[in-house]
This record gives sequence, C-alpha cells and structure tokens, in this order.
Amino acid sequence: MFNWAADVVALVALLGAARALLALAGMDVGTSFGGIGSSREMMIATLAEPAMMLIVLTLAIAAGTTRLAGVADFFIAEPFAVRVSLALSLVALIIVALAENARIPVDNPVTHLELTMVHEAMILEYSGRHLALIEAASYLKLVLYLSLLICLFAPFGMAPATAGVGGWALGLLAWTAKLLGGATLLGVWEVSIAKMRVFRLPDFVGIAFVFGFLAILLAFLTRGAVG
Amino acid sequence: MNYTYEISHLLAGAMLVTSFALLYQERIAAVLNAFAVQSITLALAVAWSAWSQDRPDLFITALIALVLKGIVIPVALHRTVARLGIHREVEKVVGVGVALIVGLALTGLAQALFLKVAQGSASHAREELALALAIILLGFLMMIVRRNAVTQVVGFMSMENGLILAATGARGMPLVVEVSVAFSVLIALFVFAVFVFRIRERFDTVDIDALDRMRGDRR
Repeated sequence: MFNWAADVVALVALLGAARALLALAGMDVGTSFGGIGSSREMMIATLAEPAMMLIVLTLAIAAGTTRLAGVADFFIAEPFAVRVSLALSLVALIIVALAENARIPVDNPVTHLELTMVHEAMILEYSGRHLALIEAASYLKLVLYLSLLICLFAPFGMAPATAGVGGWALGLLAWTAKLLGGATLLGVWEVSIAKMRVFRLPDFVGIAFVFGFLAILLAFLTRGAVG
Repeated sequence: MNYTYEISHLLAGAMLVTSFALLYQERIAAVLNAFAVQSITLALAVAWSAWSQDRPDLFITALIALVLKGIVIPVALHRTVARLGIHREVEKVVGVGVALIVGLALTGLAQALFLKVAQGSASHAREELALALAIILLGFLMMIVRRNAVTQVVGFMSMENGLILAATGARGMPLVVEVSVAFSVLIALFVFAVFVFRIRERFDTVDIDALDRMRGDRR
C-alpha cells in the first residue's frame, strides 16, 4: 500500500515541514510583523492540514493506495466516476489549496496592509535572492497544488508511464493547457470575491474540514468498512 | 459503473451538504435560501428515482416538493421575515464550529447505525437511508441550536425533507400518505406563522429565550 516514493502522506508531511521552516524564517528576523505572519500562517495550517489529510485518505480509500502514481492510474481508468465522496473532497481540496497558497479569500499575496497580511508579513524583511527564492517556492507550491487538482479530478489526457515519447509529449501538452485553464479560473475567482477578515478564516477553512470529514464518512459508507 | 445509483447518491449527498449549510449560515435570509436549495435538490432526487425506478407516482412527490417546499414555503417565510423586520438580523447561535462538529458526529452516528442495522440489505438502499437519517438528525440539531422561531421552523421543514428522501429511497410510501404529509407540513407552516406573530406581539421579539423568561426558567 505504501511506496518508497511519491506517497501522498509524505507529500503532505514535506509541505508541512516547508511551512514550519518558513514560519521560523518569519520569526527569525525579529520584527513583530514576521511573528504575526508566522502565527497567522500556523493558525491557517492547523485547520488546513487535517482537512488535507482527510482528503488524502478519502482518495486512498477510493484508489486503494496512497501512492500518487497508483491514485492517478485509478483515476485514468475511471474517467467519469461520479461519486459524492470525490465531489466533496474536490471542494475541500480547492479550499485547502486557496488557504495554503495564500490566495484571496484567505490571504492576498500582494498586499502590504498590516491588518490582513499573512504570507507577505512573514517575508516582509527579506530581499534580494532570498526573497526571490521564497517567492519562487511559493509559486512552485501553487503549481504543485494546481497539478494535484488537475491530476486527481480532471485526468483526461494524462499519459501513463508506458505511453512512449509521443504519449508523454501529448500528456505534457494536456497538463500545460489544464494548468493555464486552472490559472485562469483562479484569476477569475480572485477578482470576483473580497478577502475575508482574519477572524472569519477558521469558519472558511473549517468548511474544508467538514467536507473532508463528510467525504471520508461517505467513502466508508460506500465500502461498508465500518462495523 | 452504475450511474443510476451514483447520481441518486450524489443528489442525496448534496442534500446533506445543504443541511450543513443550514447549520453554518447565520443570516436568516441566507438560511431560507439554503432551505430552498435543499428542497429543490430533494425534488431532483425524487424525480431521478421516479425516472430510474420507473415509478411515475414519485413524479407527483417531486412536484409537490418543488412547488411547495422549493418555492411556496421559502417565499412565505421570506415575506414573514420581512414583515417581522428581522431580515437583516444576524443570529448568534452556539457557535458555528461546535454546531458543525456535532453535526459531523450525528452524520457518523447515522452511518454507523445503518451499517449495523441494515447489514443484509442492498448497499444502495442502506446508503440512501443513512444519508436521510443524517439529514433528519441535522434538522433536529438545527431546531436545538437555533434561537429564532423562524429558523426553527426551517429546521423542522428540513427534517421533513429528510423523511421524504428516506421514503423514496425505501420503495413504498403510498402516494396518499405522501400527499397528506405534504399538506400537514403546509398546515404546520400556517400554525407556526400564527404562533410566530403571536410571540412577536406578546414579547416584541421572536427570540425563543423570551419564552424561557416568561415561564420563569431564567437562571
């Protein structure tokens, strides 16, 4: 069931470790803004991470493995599966992705307003190549989450390992197109809603937790695994 | 892949999600809209099972759910709320987080119960019934945590939605029963409306706490 590489649980753990290091870096500069940013980031993370684990476990129950490649194979084989638990985990994963990537209802990555900064507050004191590295890492994280959403919930045109060079090229093309589509949707989403107050964030990210929990309950129900 | 079953399961799951939306919303107008969405989803679910199980009488049930609970009751409640002048009011409930966690626990309870009780029966019916029971329990919960008379009425109606879902999933509620249930709910709505106005006249509020004070239960 587990694998030596590309395990989703390990992926969540790595992302958590990266976030912890970023929060430490935010406090390292010793200004109050860095501390406030780190504290808020951790508050969001405590809500988003359990939701993420629930989503991962729902997918693992559906696919029978926590290996990303195995999960992807399962979703390629069943491209039109309509399932409540998967629909719920899609919504939950979108909310988690918005929260983790400091996107608009949760956080605005370009703001410099002290009341609302989260991600930006942590890296306020960084400049030069350090800032460039941190920003590049956050963009990479966004690509990672978008790819996760794409591969799990829109696997059309994904090339398996045995597809050959032509198949891989097609798969790459499909992935790029879907990534651009996802980025467009994100842009539309960001311009159409306002940022939330920090104190309302637990409610918003809590929705992801509720949906993740419902998804896993329904997945168990479908399999009849309880009792 | 069995699409018939998947889609009915999806619609029942959507109803469960709207039940959670009812618990989550604090604004009365938004609660009424969420209730309308739940009733329309119920109508879709019933219509789908009418079509897929080839039971044309269920179409009538779906029509009743759509017209009565999807349109008439929400509109009537919207007008009631507007006449009471509380349509902008934000209702403070016990705390959204606590309500949602209790709701999750109730959903888990419903499912664990049906996995035990309905061990031998077909898994489709079992899941449908578990979801319906969860919706009923969430309606109960809503009536418990809400303090406004109007939102308590909505909790009652959403319980009834769960009952209808259970009845259509279980194959066999006669149409006569269905029609009489629908009309008794309508009459209940009128009674509720009268009571809400009487409460307001008497206490200048529709907050249920006022009734405790009247009875002398105040601590």
